[in-house]
Amino acid sequence: MTPAPAPEVLKAPLVVEFPFTRSLGPVQSAFLTGLRERTVLGVRTAGGRVLVPPVEYDPDTAAELRDLVEVAPTGTVTTWAWNPAPRRGQPLSTPFAWALVRLDGADTALLHALDAPGPDAVRTGMRVRVRWAEEREGSITDIACFEPYDGPATHEPGPHDGVFADPVTGIVAPARLDYTYAPGRAQSRYLAALAGRKTVGERCPSCRKVYVPPRGACPTCGVATEEQVEVGPGGTVTTFCIVNIKARNLDIEVPYVYAHIALDGADLALHGRIGGIPYDQVRMGLRVTPVWTEGGRYPDHYRPTGEPDADYDTYKELL
Amino acid sequence: MRDVAIVAFGQSGTRRTSAEVSEVEMLMPVLHQVLGAVGLRAGEIDFTCSGSSDYLAGRAFSFTMALDGVGAWPPIAESHVEMDGAWALYEAWVKLLTGEADTALVYSYGKSSPGDLPEVLTRQLDPYYVAPLWPDSVSLAALQAQALIDAGDTDERALAEVAARGRNAAADNRHAQVTRSAPPGALLDAPYLVRPLRRHDCPPIGDGAAAVVLAAGDTARRLCARPAWIRGMDHRIEPHGLGVRDLTRSPSTRLAATRAGAFEAPVDLAELHAPFTSQEIILRRELELDDGVRLNPSGGAPAANPMMAAGLIRLGEAAAALHRGDADRALAHATSGPCLQQNLVAVLEGEAR
Amino acid sequence: MSKEPVAVVGIGQTKHTAARRDVSIAGLVREAAVRALEDAELTWADIDAVVIGKAPDFFEGVMMPELYLADALGAVGKPMLRVHTAGSVGGSTALVAANLVAARVHRTVLTLAFEKQSESNAMWGLSLPVPFQQPLLAGAGGFFAPHVRAYMRRTGAPPAIGALVAYKDRRNALLNPYAHLHEQDLTLEKVQSSPMLWDPIRYSETCPSSDGACAMVLTDRTGASRAPRPPAWMHGGAMRSEPTLFAGKDCVSPRAGRDCAADVYRQAGITDPRREIDAIEMYVPFSWYEPMWLENLGFAAEGEGWKLTESGVTEIGGDLPVNPSGGVLSTNPIGASGMLRFAEAALQVRGRAGEHQVEGVRTALGHAYGGGSQFFAMWVVGAAPPST
Repeated sequence: MTPAPAPEVLKAPLVVEFPFTRSLGPVQSAFLTGLRERTVLGVRTAGGRVLVPPVEYDPDTAAELRDLVEVAPTGTVTTWAWNPAPRRGQPLSTPFAWALVRLDGADTALLHALDAPGPDAVRTGMRVRVRWAEEREGSITDIACFEPYDGPATHEPGPHDGVFADPVTGIVAPARLDYTYAPGRAQSRYLAALAGRKTVGERCPSCRKVYVPPRGACPTCGVATEEQVEVGPGGTVTTFCIVNIKARNLDIEVPYVYAHIALDGADLALHGRIGGIPYDQVRMGLRVTPVWTEGGRYPDHYRPTGEPDADYDTYKELL
Repeated sequence: MRDVAIVAFGQSGTRRTSAEVSEVEMLMPVLHQVLGAVGLRAGEIDFTCSGSSDYLAGRAFSFTMALDGVGAWPPIAESHVEMDGAWALYEAWVKLLTGEADTALVYSYGKSSPGDLPEVLTRQLDPYYVAPLWPDSVSLAALQAQALIDAGDTDERALAEVAARGRNAAADNRHAQVTRSAPPGALLDAPYLVRPLRRHDCPPIGDGAAAVVLAAGDTARRLCARPAWIRGMDHRIEPHGLGVRDLTRSPSTRLAATRAGAFEAPVDLAELHAPFTSQEIILRRELELDDGVRLNPSGGAPAANPMMAAGLIRLGEAAAALHRGDADRALAHATSGPCLQQNLVAVLEGEAR
Repeated sequence: MSKEPVAVVGIGQTKHTAARRDVSIAGLVREAAVRALEDAELTWADIDAVVIGKAPDFFEGVMMPELYLADALGAVGKPMLRVHTAGSVGGSTALVAANLVAARVHRTVLTLAFEKQSESNAMWGLSLPVPFQQPLLAGAGGFFAPHVRAYMRRTGAPPAIGALVAYKDRRNALLNPYAHLHEQDLTLEKVQSSPMLWDPIRYSETCPSSDGACAMVLTDRTGASRAPRPPAWMHGGAMRSEPTLFAGKDCVSPRAGRDCAADVYRQAGITDPRREIDAIEMYVPFSWYEPMWLENLGFAAEGEGWKLTESGVTEIGGDLPVNPSGGVLSTNPIGASGMLRFAEAALQVRGRAGEHQVEGVRTALGHAYGGGSQFFAMWVVGAAPPST
């Protein structure tokens, strides 16, 4: 038995990023199009409250809301928080206050940034007005921020049909989150062995099955696997598919064979690509061995060994 | 209503990072701990329910790998909520109330260390009007704290006292991440993180896991010397928009507590999940907890706040106090969402000694 | 005290399509919820709690979107639970909601599941890169295709069976106004000659990617007695899970699926599902899963499922219709797909399935699965209340 060595802690950056495409529906479409036209819309509930920003459904009654009104771009701070170190994506890159602002004519408050020289210049109850972004496209960031404002309301609230030329019906919301991924002990041990071109599984102390790749727990017994067992290099294709569509950001020419491969000595199949044989000649039971390339963390693919095919009965339990 | 109790509670320590272990490697010892406490194997548990979040992990379907730690073979009756484990416990409690199960394993875990938690939590917000501004969770809590200060309900000194009390209470809690505090007055010398909040007003960011075992009736009595009977449990949600709510109040907490029977008799202990100090002020008022109630003897969120597990830990800590005989009637609370949007309250009792 | 019987008195779904660009996420779920309330002739105030489900949050890029959806679903001041059990989630969500009624915690519960896949891209959402792992595939088709090949090898099923299922389900979808795919001029030949994507799975044997939502109103006996239209009664419901991958896993016929089916049949008093169940709404994202699940669920002996399909038994006019709605092969808003199976089974026993109604359905099975063929959720519903 080979006891598991203490692994080096592996880590790697993981970026989850996508430009989400969001359709708006009528109320949100009117509001964001309005911002593009320097017009702030709210929505009136059956109870007479004016909600800004306008939501589609009444928080109190769940009723659908469609009765748009125009409110002023001026308002009053209802609460605030001084943010001395703005983060990525926030409205201003210099220190600013987050503020909830009740616009004149509205009964609820809108969250945005308030540009002020410092926290001493901000207080609850202070008057502010919208500072419009120079380039507006129909999004909440068409309001660049709020700024201090001493005057009265510039608009009287009044009905608005919400109709604008060329309305915005959707937004693109790019979102990027940066993570540091750490695969943990068992996978780190597995990866360390792969660096020496060895495939090392782990045996469950309870059921004695050998897991490749090991994932830290024997999933049927719920206990840690620690005893390392080298498996392969030879193995048997238990089943496969022929991939004919090229996936984005996957640098593999199609068609190729994606196979489940039971390495000799392992109690379940791992997944790999089959090469060195025309794709339409790959078959269940094919005997294969890994092919490594310089610098590769994993075998690039598995190729036929030339041995006779394994009999179905020898691997059917691994399907 | 069927008698259902928390009969075992376990947790990992909460630590700033746990990069050396995968989620299942962090979770599995905790599962062994609670199952060991009641002498059951996973296969002898009638229902399993867990809580976790893909957004913390940065990977879709992340909970499927954690199931490896349970030993779900032969197959088990199992469910998962994308919520704090307190709500997983709620789902399991309901399952036991139907009579279809006599025992349940509930677990939850969260690793905040892989990502930038305050930034990750911006993805919880209204995706059209708010999330594009990336307002971090500390800033939103600061808006709530300022509203509370403006209303004359607290001040920065009182908030520091909340933090200091929590961290000093956690001095004996080996699972806590931050223990012991400078005196409140000294805490006020620190700079603001997001005014009016300082670092001590915010929970430590950490990784952790927790698990409980639930059992009904005589099974509970057999598995635990003094079961923590769930006398009532309820949860409620508020509108999502911060500008629609009165941030100084928590009507959902109050309603959940009423429905859970919290006001029918006084409690002697309360475990509140108030990630930010100002939120404890709000919760205490809504729950009518006076100075006679022992509040967060575990230290609460100021001492450790592993996302997705922290609410379940409140229920577990309250139950453990009943198991030990340190309390007779306890209230446990969990929260989710920005500025206390969603709240759960449970009332637990031990039988007379 | 025994469990409270659970009745489905309201069902609603959206028109499913590749991209619902006319509504927000809230607007999408709302559409299904309002239709379910209208069916039940109830208002928001009649709902005691909301149980919502969907697949990974990354699909829409909103973490715990139920927080934002509380207002749209009338959940303010009420309990709201969010379930996520991968592809089976729509079914699991309905079962969690049903338990609230069965346990007498609530009288009337709204349950809903959705996916708005057009907000991102399903291929992206399903295949987020994971450091240190070898990228070999993208999407679900390649993951499941080897299991299909294993099924074919194990049973000797002729290669043409998959196309029969796809042709049947897509034809059934023409009878369902809510279905995503309405391929009016589809022929069996077109299915058989469609491109081979993940051999042995062809393009036309693959589920689409849809925006859609499904909602149901579940209630107790009192609620059912006031319902304006016939309810569907729940006779059994169960979830079963097994690990994603393990030594000895039967990927073709997972034991969790067999055990789950056995549990719901036991609850419903069903001893011969082939004879006692009149229609099935089964989670078939790739055509070959119909014969595979027929065996797994006990409708055919091992190795014989494809014969039911081949002989036309599973057609809408056959004696065991499978997916009269058109199924997942015609409509796949991932998180909602399982609830659609549960809801369509309920529509059948209520006699309210419209043009795709199967005649004389008294008992129907709704089935969902997810993850690596590891999470199963099922219910049996009947036109008559349970006898207990």
